[in-house]
Amino acid sequence: MHPVVTLVVQRIALGLLLLLAVSALIFFGVEALPGDTAQAMLGQSATPEALANLREKMGLNDPLVGRYFHWLYGFVTGDLGVAMTNGMDIAKSVGQRFGNTIFLAFWAALISVPLAILLGLLAARYNGRWPDRLISGVTLATISLPEFVAGYIVLYFLAVKWQIFPAMSMVFPGMGVFERLSAIILPVIVLVLVVLAHMMRMTRAAILNVMQSAYIETAELKGLGPLTVIWRHAFPNAIAPVVNVVMLNLAYLVVGVVVVEVVFVYPGMGQFLVDHVTKRDLPVVQACGMIFAAVYIGLNILADVVSILANPRLRHPK
Amino acid sequence: MTRIPLSALLGLILTGGFFFVAIFAQFIAPYAMDELVGGVWDPISAQHWLGTDSIGRDLLTRMIYGAQVTIFVATCSTILSFVTGSVLGFLAATAGGWVDQALSRFVDLVMAIPTLILSLVILTAVDVTMINLILVMGLLDATRVFRLSRAVAVDITVMDYVEAARLRGERQGWIIFSEILPNALSPLVAELGLRFIFAVLFISTLSFLGLGVQPPLADWGGLVKENSAGLVYGIPAALAPAMAIAALAISVNLVADWVLSRTTSLKGGRGA
Amino acid sequence: MLNSEKPTPDLLQINNLRIEATSYPPGEPPRDVVLVDDVSVSVKQGKVLGLIGESGAGKSTIGLSAMAFGRGGVRLTGGQILLNGRDIRTASARSLRALRGHEVTYVAQSAAAAFNPAKRLMEQVIETSLHHKLMTRPEAEARAIELFRKLGLPNPESFGTRYPHQVSGGQLQRAMTAMALCPQPDLVIFDEPTTALDVTTQIDVLVAIKAAIRDTGVAALYITHDLAVVAQVADDILVLRGGKKVEYGSTDQIINAPREAYTQALVSVRSIDHVEKSEAPSVLSVANVTARYKGTNFDVLKNVTLDLPAGQTLAVVGESGSGKSTLARVITGLLPAAQGRLTFAGRTLSPDLASRSKDDLRELQMIYQMADTAMNPRQTVGTIIGRPLEFYFGLKGEAKRARIQELLDEIEMGAGFIDRYPAELSGGQKQRVCIARALAAKPKLIICDEVTSALDPLVADGILKLLLNLQAREGVAYLFITHDLATVKAIADKIAVMYRGEVVRYGSKTDVLTPPFDDYTDLLLSSVPEMQLGWLEQVLNHRKMESADN
Repeated sequence: MHPVVTLVVQRIALGLLLLLAVSALIFFGVEALPGDTAQAMLGQSATPEALANLREKMGLNDPLVGRYFHWLYGFVTGDLGVAMTNGMDIAKSVGQRFGNTIFLAFWAALISVPLAILLGLLAARYNGRWPDRLISGVTLATISLPEFVAGYIVLYFLAVKWQIFPAMSMVFPGMGVFERLSAIILPVIVLVLVVLAHMMRMTRAAILNVMQSAYIETAELKGLGPLTVIWRHAFPNAIAPVVNVVMLNLAYLVVGVVVVEVVFVYPGMGQFLVDHVTKRDLPVVQACGMIFAAVYIGLNILADVVSILANPRLRHPK
Repeated sequence: MTRIPLSALLGLILTGGFFFVAIFAQFIAPYAMDELVGGVWDPISAQHWLGTDSIGRDLLTRMIYGAQVTIFVATCSTILSFVTGSVLGFLAATAGGWVDQALSRFVDLVMAIPTLILSLVILTAVDVTMINLILVMGLLDATRVFRLSRAVAVDITVMDYVEAARLRGERQGWIIFSEILPNALSPLVAELGLRFIFAVLFISTLSFLGLGVQPPLADWGGLVKENSAGLVYGIPAALAPAMAIAALAISVNLVADWVLSRTTSLKGGRGA
Repeated sequence: MLNSEKPTPDLLQINNLRIEATSYPPGEPPRDVVLVDDVSVSVKQGKVLGLIGESGAGKSTIGLSAMAFGRGGVRLTGGQILLNGRDIRTASARSLRALRGHEVTYVAQSAAAAFNPAKRLMEQVIETSLHHKLMTRPEAEARAIELFRKLGLPNPESFGTRYPHQVSGGQLQRAMTAMALCPQPDLVIFDEPTTALDVTTQIDVLVAIKAAIRDTGVAALYITHDLAVVAQVADDILVLRGGKKVEYGSTDQIINAPREAYTQALVSVRSIDHVEKSEAPSVLSVANVTARYKGTNFDVLKNVTLDLPAGQTLAVVGESGSGKSTLARVITGLLPAAQGRLTFAGRTLSPDLASRSKDDLRELQMIYQMADTAMNPRQTVGTIIGRPLEFYFGLKGEAKRARIQELLDEIEMGAGFIDRYPAELSGGQKQRVCIARALAAKPKLIICDEVTSALDPLVADGILKLLLNLQAREGVAYLFITHDLATVKAIADKIAVMYRGEVVRYGSKTDVLTPPFDDYTDLLLSSVPEMQLGWLEQVLNHRKMESADN
């Protein structure tokens, strides 16, 4: 087998192992925390009887390890259990919301990734000059804004003061794609703002790093023009770091989505999660947490696989 | 002493101002924290410089107390994350072997889950009290400090001067305190600022989601949440605490950037 | 390329060149510094000019100015750079692009970094020829293969299909030479092309470069810090110091009749006369030592046996990968030996550092190659030298300070340095402080690991003289690890030659350096450039073994 294939397989296997460890952490970690889940759910005033009932219902009296494997098996087969608060099938409620979240994140990524790479290139090209300084200054400001602050500022000005876009981002089944898109304009703008800064900063650093290599000087001393140097010599070496940057920030987007959904009352996974944290509905929270973690880990694996594939040392071993 | 650049000076003054307000909130605030003094969302006036909030409390007063809560929680969790993270990081770097493996792999595991998501899972299971918030935030963030301090210490432990000390027969403790720590300090100090900003943004976000500081106390994130309903009617009360969060984060960032650039230029040195 | 009908002016004529750069000292306002001042040279068609000087002499900067290129914000601020009769200093970016890679090409010090890791060698070697539309692709490829063959690269036909990381350092350096020669330039700039290579590889590359220059009739600027190397390839030599001309003349004149004191010092460097001492009882003996690194199944040291008499110097010579530095790690206990026995000052030395007595540690000191990283940058010279005094002898306060001053006097630095930080010292001074720190322990043996190889030749000479003086005065023995045979000749009483983890030759200096030689020692000895014209040709005639690189 080609060594690259081995490496990729190894990396994916490692990622799955990590995912397994994460599931154990989410399951056992919560169990190990001080406090009684049933007590927390019902509050201090709960009668011992009610507590016992709830424990029975949640299976809290069964052996821990058995419950874990049951939960894990359900997770793999698509059975996420039922919600504590209303007895609904979690997989069913999550399914549709997951789609909504992906829809939102997809458009945010589609706009922010090319924009960030373009601005990053621009900043790197004019390193230290005014376009770079301007971009860095704006970046510093946006990095210091938590997602919800950015969200409300955008909401207040674009939707309320100037009334350009709708303030609420309601989407429901049966809505046309165009209607959906116009509904999510504001959250997409906020998500783009939030991810753009990080992604651009890191792209700039990655490109500058490549541009400072000795082989770029070699290319300049060959009499190649600046564009040829970038296209032929910098670009092939910048792919891996830039893809890495993009993947890392998409993973970051996953977290940003949670808060932005709450701000715009968007019916996605994030809002669902926060809702059930408030209600202390542990099965739902654990299921959502696992899904978010799986997406996050998946993106990280993807980033590593791309770096492995883009590395000539690994593709063409000695 | 070198000249402080304008941006860093501005950052220092603003940061200092925020801390001053936080420490002396009880003496500065014009009203009591929970006192109803006017109507719902009264506009800005001579009595209420920032107007009133969603149930008629003085917004400026709420903001001043909010500064206290925000900065208190952020400072405590930063200290916790720093002490835990750096002690364990140095330990892992100098001890090596299974201690390093166990700690590093555990940190990898925790960092494989987005911090916000993991903290939401934890906050479902434990009571949301101020102590628990500080513990959760501080310990989760300690993973980042751990990685940095371990990396810094590992870089230093392979230096010849550490090997020279080992060959001389120096004890482990002496090596850590005399050879490693003085050289690890400056990158860590710069990181301190960034961790503090992260803590401010994090507690604000949690409170905004309703899972942070609980009423009647409120930090800035909580104030945004309390007043966010007004935004749709064109009442900008929620923007004041939102701006305060951004201003604090930016001013600390300016200071941290300056410290960072100073330490990197120090590393370059004349000898290199 | 040059039009031969015109009366041939010099190919390259540099007049009163001035080069400046802006320096940004931390915490101070930026200021302009002059890197090169009032330098004039000329190179005729097909001739080689050597540029020589220490680090910071401005030799690379001048070399790159022949392409009107300033590295990292360096500005060519004055004088003329006439290439083929026209001034390129003030030429437009466009016309510079036309001449770079066409009329002038460049060979960098580190070919490993100068090749694009993502592209095949052939693609990079012929890129210039295609870009400037000098040849068709088949023509360029044919020429590249021809050059690969001429430069002695293995499998010239298929060599170009490889990626840079798939070939060795010496081969890459030759490939870079092929890349520079492929577009048939008028002038090639060689910027320390052999400095990063092992000594035996260096000679092969040097021979290849020299033959290629001769066969293609190209002119060259050859930049190096090693006068003996440049004497083998250059027609003329310009000696530089601090960005200014010291002496400029024919190679013969510079080597055989240098006028300036600085040039004379450079020529006579490493001519320390050291007579080996007579037999003495041993201070360290290494018996049948075998060692390997954890997690590997390969012995880096194989059955090594050596003996070092008290108060004398044992030089351990070898190239990278020979195991000489591992030997130092085994003796210091950092890497416990798997087998074998160490005897030090009459007692058995525990293989493991942790179980050695304080006296063992004190009497066995070490000095490192990079003095920069061997000293804590946050400690003053006084603290650095004072710590062993305190640690081993319990000296404190006035007594300690007095002893530190004594040691500073011994390393010829004076008490004024006591409160300085390492960053404020020059390279040579740093190494002296490290020597003082080792001496402070009153050791019986100091292990010197390549202590002079990072230093400029004259500075290195000073360090060697200091070490010899200290040995005469204090009776300390040295285990001197080096790849540089000239250094060995200067200070050794005994020599051990190491090759792939084994001692291939060991004995007194005279015995080791007197024929008959084994093959490897012969290769090693014949690879050290000598300050003598025509030495390279002599060497080639009687070599028995190829360098490991090919």
